[in-house]
Amino acid sequence: MSKHTLSVLVENKPGVLARIAALFSRRGFNIDSLAVGPTEHPEISRMTVVVDVDELPLEQVTKQLNKLVEVLKVVELEGPASVQREILLVKIRTDLQNRSHVLETVQLFRAKVVDVTSDALTIEVTGNRDKLNAFLEVLEPFGIKELVQSGMVAIGRGSRSITDRALRSA
Amino acid sequence: MCQSSSIPRLHQKAIGDEVSDAKPAAPSPAHLAQQARAKTPVEVTGAQSLVLSLEAMDVDTVFGIPGGAILPAYDPLLDSVKVRHILVRHEQGAGHAAEGYASATGKVGVCMATSGPGATNLVTPIADAHMDSVPMVAITGQVSSASIGTDAFQEADIRGITMPITKHNYLVTNADDIPRVIAEAFHIASTGRPGPVLVDISKDALQSRTTFSWPPKYDLPGYRPVARPHSKQIREAARLIAEAKRPVLYVGGGIIRGHASDELRTFVELTQIPVVTTLMARGAVADSHPLHLGMPGMHGSVAAVTALQKSDLLITLGARFDDRVTGQLSTFAPGAKVIHADVDPAEISKNRAADVPIVGDCKDVITDLIDAVRADREAGRTGDYDAWRQETLQWKATYPLGYSAPEDDVSVAPQYVIERLGAIAGPEATYVAGVGQHQMWAAQFVQYERPNSWINSGGLGTMGFAVPAAMGAKVAEPARTVWAIDGDGCFQMTNQELATCVINDIPIKVAVINNSSLGMVRQWQSLFYNERYSNTDLHTSVGRRIPDFVKLAEAYGCVGLRCERPEDVDATIRKAMEINDVPVVVDFVVHRDAMVWPMVPAGVSNDDIQIARNMTPTWERED
Repeated sequence: MSKHTLSVLVENKPGVLARIAALFSRRGFNIDSLAVGPTEHPEISRMTVVVDVDELPLEQVTKQLNKLVEVLKVVELEGPASVQREILLVKIRTDLQNRSHVLETVQLFRAKVVDVTSDALTIEVTGNRDKLNAFLEVLEPFGIKELVQSGMVAIGRGSRSITDRALRSA
Repeated sequence: MCQSSSIPRLHQKAIGDEVSDAKPAAPSPAHLAQQARAKTPVEVTGAQSLVLSLEAMDVDTVFGIPGGAILPAYDPLLDSVKVRHILVRHEQGAGHAAEGYASATGKVGVCMATSGPGATNLVTPIADAHMDSVPMVAITGQVSSASIGTDAFQEADIRGITMPITKHNYLVTNADDIPRVIAEAFHIASTGRPGPVLVDISKDALQSRTTFSWPPKYDLPGYRPVARPHSKQIREAARLIAEAKRPVLYVGGGIIRGHASDELRTFVELTQIPVVTTLMARGAVADSHPLHLGMPGMHGSVAAVTALQKSDLLITLGARFDDRVTGQLSTFAPGAKVIHADVDPAEISKNRAADVPIVGDCKDVITDLIDAVRADREAGRTGDYDAWRQETLQWKATYPLGYSAPEDDVSVAPQYVIERLGAIAGPEATYVAGVGQHQMWAAQFVQYERPNSWINSGGLGTMGFAVPAAMGAKVAEPARTVWAIDGDGCFQMTNQELATCVINDIPIKVAVINNSSLGMVRQWQSLFYNERYSNTDLHTSVGRRIPDFVKLAEAYGCVGLRCERPEDVDATIRKAMEINDVPVVVDFVVHRDAMVWPMVPAGVSNDDIQIARNMTPTWERED
């Protein structure tokens, strides 16, 4: 099995997220990560779905997705030809002694401190999965109090846009 | 209606409810319809808009049961002269009746139910229609939009519940959306791969004022159902067909739903390639056609199963490599290349990888294939299947479908009943089956000569399908004889619709193949569970008659007949054929140990087909 990133353009209508999530589960696929948001066209939403699946079942799930009336387009974004990002917010226990070490790590990963108290730092970091995992590994010894991650969003490199083409075929 | 703003809000709402539950003092539906035809928008309630939309879609029959949330829709329905509403006794009956109606004609079947339990009772027929690609629109009432999500009385999230078993579904909470949604629902249900569409409408949407105009504008940017078959793929298919030595036409229900039987017949005549028709495709090619090898699959004919196994090219048209056809998938037709044509791209290469995938409507695909094969022939490329054809016909002759008479010489063989029924009622009748042994025998021993003459629950395998589906088929085609071939188990699940049939003058005929047990399960217990008959004895004829089907039929106002001896079978069928004013139920008491043969046990290779218990065909005869 290997990870695949699907960009799914859907009509912005109620229930469409449930339809898509349910389709994955009933066809026996686990969603690794899911992110939904608006696009430059108010009537279209975009979902980025990461699934762990072999090539053939992936083709099947893509076809099943395309059958959903509210799905406009399904595109697989290949790793090197696309930019993939997740955001992570993490709260680290800090005191006077280790705070500077934590801040050093923040610098190294080009992360950002978004909240400070006397005994904790809240850090925001953006990147691909590998970078976030590496960041967490370094922070682990300081003590992670709380952690939240977004689903992955991804966009193809280059000048072409998948939403333009979806609109044209619509 | 509620002009006084001093009335507290709750009170106001209660008044509003009462007023719109009563008959609206609006113009008559005929008047409204006239205006609507003239494309002038008319002021109506949501409920009237719904009925006008159904009329505009040329709906002539709706099967349903009213209840609280759908009640507003039933008021204008009473006045509609175009839409006949048939009051069923259980919503499941409404759904299967709509399926029967749709399967007999190809038109969209319509059923209606109220919120909550009314809607959940439709779940089985909706799932059934989804599996068998039956065009159907189900309309359900929903609690008022303000109450949705509060666990209100008779609230069920039927849209959520039916998401995995509908082609698409809607929740309408604004009356203005009703005509558009109904138009979309019928379009989606009937185009591409047909299927069920559910429209859930909240009570307040049915009650509120709106304007109705027809046709509504709709835009389904994500729904592009039909693609023209790709010409390159058609040429490639024709090339494989010309090169093949052992081709078989593997024909599925898509030919029936796609109305492509005529084209298929032309293609068979042109190519002289042997044909098998799946359970869903019985009648797509006449059983009397010399190249027809029968039904493939778990209970298929030896010739059909073997032809697929030994084939070097499967020309798959509107079929989906279901596990009941393929048996153990890895050993199915191991030497065959696959041409797979289907209107649904997701079916292609789902179970078996296709060498030549063709997305398109079966009618278009076959028409294009005919042209391509003709062109190839003119260019001197003609397939030579003579030896193969002789071989397959040899199998057909050596291993015809058959059965042995019960050893006691006095009890009735169920296969004999069904065989005689088919012979006497003839190919113009419609045969509707439940699920189980009787269904398989009906698929095997009735000669089907025309499409849509065989209606059954193939994919979902819904026991209880026959009586209500036969009712729907009879409503759709009142001039045809419609026989429900049912089992004693199935019949007890939905026979209350006999009341609907009697009251609404729908004279169906029901042959209950009564073996006093859940026969197919019993067969598996005989074969695989050491004859330990756990919970399969129904006591409907052996020892006791609970219930007595003749008395039950009479209680409903039907004619009840019973036949318990082989020599009475013909006379009983003929007697039933003569009664055309009321439904007839015939209790055919049959031998309970009869089994469906041939059989490929589940999960086993089709190579191991058995023609009777522990008997396999002797292939030495080939050489």
